[in-house]
Amino acid sequence: MVAAMSNSASNSAAVAASSWVTTFLERLPAPAGELEAVQWRGREALSRQPLPTRRQEDWRFTDLAPLTALTPALAPAGEQGSWPEPAAGAVRLWLDAPGDPLAGQSLPAGISLLGADEVQQALGHTLAACNCEQHWPVELNQASAPRVLALRVSAVVAPILELVSQAAGDGVMRPVRVLLLLEEKASLEVLQVQLGSGSSLTSLVIEAHLGRESTLRHGLLALGESPACFLGHLAVEQEPRSLLESVWASHGWALSRFEPRVVQVDGEATTSLKALQLADGQQLADTHSRVEFRGPEGQLDQLHKAIADDRGRSVFNGAVKVPRAAQRTNASQLSRNLLLSNQARIDTKPELEIVADDVRCAHGATVSRLQTDELFYLQSRGLSAAVAAGLLKRGFCEEVLRALPAAAAAWRPLQRLLGEA
Amino acid sequence: MIRPDADTLLEIVDLQARVEDKPILKGVNLTIKAGEIHAVMGRNGSGKSTLSKVLAGHPAYTVTGGSVLYRGANLLDLEPEQRARLGLFLGFQYPVEIPGVSNLEFLRVSTNARRGEKGEEELDTFAFEDLVRERLQVVQMDPAFLERSVNEGFSGGEKKRNEILQMALLDPLVAILDETDSGLDIDALRIVAGGVNHLASPDNATLLITHYQRLLDVITPDYVHVMAGGRILRTGGKELALELEDRGYDWVDQELAVLEVA
Repeated sequence: MVAAMSNSASNSAAVAASSWVTTFLERLPAPAGELEAVQWRGREALSRQPLPTRRQEDWRFTDLAPLTALTPALAPAGEQGSWPEPAAGAVRLWLDAPGDPLAGQSLPAGISLLGADEVQQALGHTLAACNCEQHWPVELNQASAPRVLALRVSAVVAPILELVSQAAGDGVMRPVRVLLLLEEKASLEVLQVQLGSGSSLTSLVIEAHLGRESTLRHGLLALGESPACFLGHLAVEQEPRSLLESVWASHGWALSRFEPRVVQVDGEATTSLKALQLADGQQLADTHSRVEFRGPEGQLDQLHKAIADDRGRSVFNGAVKVPRAAQRTNASQLSRNLLLSNQARIDTKPELEIVADDVRCAHGATVSRLQTDELFYLQSRGLSAAVAAGLLKRGFCEEVLRALPAAAAAWRPLQRLLGEA
Repeated sequence: MIRPDADTLLEIVDLQARVEDKPILKGVNLTIKAGEIHAVMGRNGSGKSTLSKVLAGHPAYTVTGGSVLYRGANLLDLEPEQRARLGLFLGFQYPVEIPGVSNLEFLRVSTNARRGEKGEEELDTFAFEDLVRERLQVVQMDPAFLERSVNEGFSGGEKKRNEILQMALLDPLVAILDETDSGLDIDALRIVAGGVNHLASPDNATLLITHYQRLLDVITPDYVHVMAGGRILRTGGKELALELEDRGYDWVDQELAVLEVA
């Protein structure tokens, strides 16, 4: 009897999920433009692949109800918000601009646009290498993104490239797609700012290929206001002796899920992942990362931090794959969490798959409240309990935020994250 | 400096306190007047550090009896931050590391909290930097420590200097220094003690909590109290500390045993 009931409940959930996808697809304009073929493929895939459910291991802790509550239709070109001036030394591209986001802009020296043929050849390559080209959030983006910002980086680029996109308003979807090809010894620092408000959906897919000895510093500041939702995907292929420094911070989304996937194709590369996610109210902040070493002597340094307050929920799943070919890998992963209310919830899970025998892989996870001794120390210097708690939260966040590209300071991330702005 | 007509700053009467279910303080009596330097000595577990934490308001301790008057007002009614703003200072035995919180910012916020209580103007970033650079000299501290996170990665000696720097900025009326000498080499001890001596005045008082005579070689106490079993067992002048150094604590244990039988 019970089984029958749960069956019928999950059946109706399945029906709701498939009807959400159907409605979503119906509301999209006919495939067109430079990504027409990709859109066709994405829509075809989505129509066969309903929403992920919590019965899938990867989505076990991620309730998609905030997403299915939205009825998004592709957003028209946006209007600029009241954004801060770009920081000195940063070149801002507004990705939702009507027409060409590069119109009237000259790209910094060392960056050029990929031609249509090159885009066709390169787009999706890294997704496939990271084994996620059929991943649901990726297909959602492929089905809908009208264009891609595709850049070749051939030298050390001095200015910080700032990419800004905003999904504002109800029933709006903003798909953003970026492709970066870094040639040998090239270097680029990118700050991506994703803003979302109203019952909007932001879908972000970034692919980056890092040639030998190249460096990509990528910062993502994802600032939302519930009920807005965010699905982000970062796929990176690293050639030997390349360096990836990825930092992301998210706050305010009813649902945010960020999925960095990194493959060190022949090992010998360095990967650094730093993250901060805040969930309060009834928000759900989720990071599922995966780093795979396909050759020896790769390095990973990963720090994931989360604060859950009120009835917020934070999920972290950090997969690290070290197959036999990846001898002398040196990887460390740390998940640090602050649980600030009795009803908040933290799920954190390292997922280490180590076959090679000569490796160092350290991982750890802590979940704690604010430390009594730290609070008391500050109070004994005249700070009220509330101010002391605020200072400790700031301190907790700062460790990640200060790793963001310098241009992020103009957006006052700390104040926004702590609701002080 | 003992002056019979000095104001009483702190008056502890029959103070009893426990942590969880364990009674630690079992009736402490101690009166401190302006201008005085007191030293409390005793073995580990005698209740010395508990006394300092109870006075500062640590939430882990519950007061179960007695009273503490601070300048005539009931200290135990006040939150820890109110006690600090009114001029009670606790120098920690183990100063807490707070990653991500700038030492300079922390010092500024705490200094302004105390200044506000005294009716003085809050200092902006620039005015505060001037003040803090001047006070750094009291403990011969490198200004580079201002830019770091509170106590993070500081050596034992640097942490203690940072404590005395805070004391210099907060200008307390009663400073309780909990084993400030522990973990210091002789040079650091001189610097820290020099800072304490520099800050002592006829208007304020200092309560030193220590195991060892060596701190009292550089800071001369007016009174020495010996603590055991959660009580002050005996009070004397600085010669009492020398006697302890000489005879050890065994006689204290014997006196305590007699007392507890009685």
